Amino acid sequence: MKKILFIEDEPVLQKNLENIFQAEGYKTMGALDGEIGLKLAQAEKPDLILLDLVLPKLSGFDVLKKLKDNETTKDIPVIILTNLETMEDINKAIELGATTYLVKLNYNLKELLEKVKQTLKE
Amino acid sequence: MNIKEILAEFNIVAQCKKYGVSLWQCPQFLFLIMGAIIIVSAISAYAIGTRYIENPIMVSLLVLLLTAILFILSFIITQSFEKLAEASRMKTEFINIVSHQLRAPLTNLKWSAEILTSGKLGNVQEKHEEYFGILKENSKRMEDLINDLLTVSRLEQGQLPFKKKEISLDSLTEEMISGFDSFVKASNIKLTFKSEKKPFLIYTDPHQLKIVIENFLDNAIRYIHKKGEINVYLSARGKDAYFEVKDNGVGIPKKDQRYIFQKFFRSKNALRHQTHGSGLGLFITKSIIKRLGGKIGFNSEENQGTTFWFTLPIA
Repeated sequence: MKKILFIEDEPVLQKNLENIFQAEGYKTMGALDGEIGLKLAQAEKPDLILLDLVLPKLSGFDVLKKLKDNETTKDIPVIILTNLETMEDINKAIELGATTYLVKLNYNLKELLEKVKQTLKE
Repeated sequence: MNIKEILAEFNIVAQCKKYGVSLWQCPQFLFLIMGAIIIVSAISAYAIGTRYIENPIMVSLLVLLLTAILFILSFIITQSFEKLAEASRMKTEFINIVSHQLRAPLTNLKWSAEILTSGKLGNVQEKHEEYFGILKENSKRMEDLINDLLTVSRLEQGQLPFKKKEISLDSLTEEMISGFDSFVKASNIKLTFKSEKKPFLIYTDPHQLKIVIENFLDNAIRYIHKKGEINVYLSARGKDAYFEVKDNGVGIPKKDQRYIFQKFFRSKNALRHQTHGSGLGLFITKSIIKRLGGKIGFNSEENQGTTFWFTLPIA
């Protein structure tokens, strides 16, 4: 069973994500801020991380940088899932090593599920 | 432009009111004052200068004084321009922040409605379906509006990224048309597409062009009120590609035609036939086509139909 970590500060959004991914047979974990998210990623080594950029304590960019700088987490694919969409943000995330960059509002959950499956090569 | 409109351009007080700043901060008014001062000072300099022509110190002082007055006035005018530019920047920033803040709750609403209708939380009863449909449709409307507002604010800040590459315009059009398939069928419309050549290769930004074609098609379908017919036509005109969407819809009243590409403008008959819409679509399409180096326009007759067109350089 593949493990997915959601680092997302909006509880309702996180609940929706967990709901839909659990129904598809994934094991899910959630973190409401960057710090907990980073700790969970290092401890649990999930197969995929869905990461928001605007987060309390540690921003999504900082989390991404620390994940990619760490030997144990650097190979975990990270999908950025945010509502920011300036070219500056997109380029920065890709440069830091994000696999994909998705704007939440432009996707429905079904499409998001497809993107995750593609990333996990399922 | 008729005489009444030309006279309105000279109504400085009304023009300044538009900006929402006081008369003494309004560039038009300050230019008028500056013009008057220049005329008065030129005449008085001549009068004083001829009287004191034998006294070079007096003449020099006079020139110095006039220069100082003009310098102060130019400074005030520059400041008033800065104030207007700052107000415009703040407005764009405000739209940006509000739109981003609205996206989070809207994503919640959209995804929750999706989960409810998916049946994953239990069977959806038929009587509930209609209301879930309303929820979905209205969150889609908000999503479109927010995306439009953000596009406008990016266009105004020059932040909309443009990436040009060689594309096949006929394939792109076909792809866009097929996206409207169910909407076209549901509206009982006959839609045809003809391209002078295939592939019709042009060098442009496909992502931005999609926004333009989507707007043209969406408008054509929405504003048809009887047995509808839409013809999409693509051809080469000299060094340009010419693209048009012709419909037999409600048309645009003559008096509204000059405002059609303005931000937030919606024609009265458009409001009568279609209450949804932000009035931003055509403003966005015009800005994009302009930035892609093309031209945009339309011909329309009320109750007969409208043809929207654009041209883009092929190479």
